[in-house]
Amino acid sequence: MADDEHRAPRPTGFDTLALHAGQRPDPATGARATPIYQSAAFVFPDSDFAVGLFNIERAGHVYSRLSNPTNAVLEERISALEHGVGAIAIASGQAAMHLAVATICSAGDHVVASRSIYGGTHNLLQYTLPRFGIDTTFVDPRSPDAFAEAIRDNTRLVFGEILGNPGLEVLDVPAIADVAHAAKLPLLVDSTFATPYLCRPIDLGADLVIHSATKFLSGHGIVIGGLMVDGGTFDWEASGKFPTLTEPYDGFHDLVFAEEFGTQAFVTRARREGLRDFGACMAPTTAFHVLQGLETLPLRMQKHVANTREVVAFLGDHEAVESVSYPELPSHPDRDLAARLLPNGAGAVFSFDIKGGREAGRTFIENLSTFSHLANVGDAKSLVIHPASTTHHRMDADALAAAGIGEGLVRLSIGLEDPRDLIDDLGRALRRASRVAR
Amino acid sequence: MSGSRLRLDGKTVYVGNGSGHPDADAAGVVFVHGAGMDHTVWALPARHFARRGLRVAAVDLPGHGRSEGPAFDSITAMSDWLGTVLAALDIDRAAIVGHSMGSLVAYRFAMSRPDRCRALALLGTSAPMPVTEGLMNAARDNHHAAFDMANTWSHSTGTLGANANPGIWMLGAGERLLERSPPGVFHADLTACNGFDSGGDGKIGCPCLVIVGDDDLMTPARAGLDVASTLPDATIVRLPGCGHAMLNERPNEVLDALIPIVTE
Repeated sequence: MADDEHRAPRPTGFDTLALHAGQRPDPATGARATPIYQSAAFVFPDSDFAVGLFNIERAGHVYSRLSNPTNAVLEERISALEHGVGAIAIASGQAAMHLAVATICSAGDHVVASRSIYGGTHNLLQYTLPRFGIDTTFVDPRSPDAFAEAIRDNTRLVFGEILGNPGLEVLDVPAIADVAHAAKLPLLVDSTFATPYLCRPIDLGADLVIHSATKFLSGHGIVIGGLMVDGGTFDWEASGKFPTLTEPYDGFHDLVFAEEFGTQAFVTRARREGLRDFGACMAPTTAFHVLQGLETLPLRMQKHVANTREVVAFLGDHEAVESVSYPELPSHPDRDLAARLLPNGAGAVFSFDIKGGREAGRTFIENLSTFSHLANVGDAKSLVIHPASTTHHRMDADALAAAGIGEGLVRLSIGLEDPRDLIDDLGRALRRASRVAR
Repeated sequence: MSGSRLRLDGKTVYVGNGSGHPDADAAGVVFVHGAGMDHTVWALPARHFARRGLRVAAVDLPGHGRSEGPAFDSITAMSDWLGTVLAALDIDRAAIVGHSMGSLVAYRFAMSRPDRCRALALLGTSAPMPVTEGLMNAARDNHHAAFDMANTWSHSTGTLGANANPGIWMLGAGERLLERSPPGVFHADLTACNGFDSGGDGKIGCPCLVIVGDDDLMTPARAGLDVASTLPDATIVRLPGCGHAMLNERPNEVLDALIPIVTE
């Protein structure tokens, strides 16, 4: 029989999953929307059931630090959208990163990470985790060979962002997953800038995915939240490098997570240890807001990308603009990779260099009105930041260059407004800035 | 606590124990998984009965999970193998609990070794257990569509989660578990199901339980009820709105149903 004659049932579509996955109408009230279960703890039907919940032999909720019904809907939904087995909703994207690392890395272990990553993640890996004995080697995200060469005997995790920061390097997930797997290591991908609508890293070979749900997933700039998804793909036992998953855990009556929970070992340990002990749980109201955002994720991402393409085209032709960096442009070194891995769009965050350097950048920012000047991305509203005059204002031109940031570099996060209004706003501010440049 | 790893006929056999520390004379309970699965589908009930002091044996059939292959392609061979494993574990009598293909193994074991079966629980069962041609062919070709079919049809129609087990996407978890089965194993399992004949010598005399999901597409509720009608005074538990993957869809109700017969 020909290969294509085996016809699998049609999977539920992304748009449907974004609306329904993880939830049924509330059995207690009939509520169609996901209720906010604003309760710290949950009543036990009887003592034996209570013991069963604590011992992972019953399904249910004990205490909202460990799990919560509203959060559980969000966890299932992001798992469904990312093609994982399970997920954990957590206090922030930063907490998601920490939970992923802490679940499998201990003192003496090592991480290989892309050097083009969010500043907060860089701080965690470069400065904070070494205090706890976990070191990181940073490598060129465009070089799978560099990842391979940096792997040591004590390496336990390979990490990168699907779209680098600030250079928007596209992470070659299949190639870097091959590198990681050849060394019996999992690949963790921060997919915040892409969302599962634009890219599903697990399908490309990644084993774990994290998100800052603060950004496009919630989509309205109203919450701080994070998500960690377990692909269920990595064979921890075959690797032999992960005692937290393959050896008896004193903290849970000698439970061996990989043996008893198989494909769900990682997410189960992360919940039963990481959420329990680090305590960075997500508030159920936050989970509700992220769920509301997810319901319209497909529509919003289409509009984000469409608007971005129009703005990129406008800036590319503008005489006050030195250059534009967006992975769909012919000038971007990862254009072909972006076309392969991000066919529905390379996101809605990009940067451009304004002529006239630091002062022109400052003038440009101060003359925008529709764009909001702040340190965030992924809002329904368009955002802007000029690193040289804000987040990196203490750095001189040489230091900025070393960090890959020009003095005139401006980062935009394109929102959902009428693109003509965005272009008008940018045009006005560029004219003011060009006077400074002259 | 790690499960047991036995060597039988030169091959490794894995038996999960639910992290139990049972007394030597503790009553036994044996769990047998379905096609393409492994012992991890029993994680919650295994841990429950282990905590209550029972001696839990959640086997990985040959070729599944941590047990070496090759996989058997007949239920009788699986049942005979189970007898050998239990003898090696010094489990003389036990409650035998099986799901789907595992229910056929449990059924055959209870019929052929009535002296070693103190109770029988059949979950998502059907006898015979015919497999559609499309699924058989896809499994024969080790095509991923076989996993997609089995996983989709194992969950109740329209199920998009709402898992009682927080944070686990049951459709994704089911798919990943099937994907871990080595080439040929799923087809061998389905061949065993397809060829099962409930006839033969022997008689089941122990207390019996049959759990049926009313929305089971793989082993329809009617088929499960027919099996129950052939058993002596079988207790029947129906799960409204539940599909074949009842350990995922209704873990607490399944455990509630198992407790009386397993601990009796």
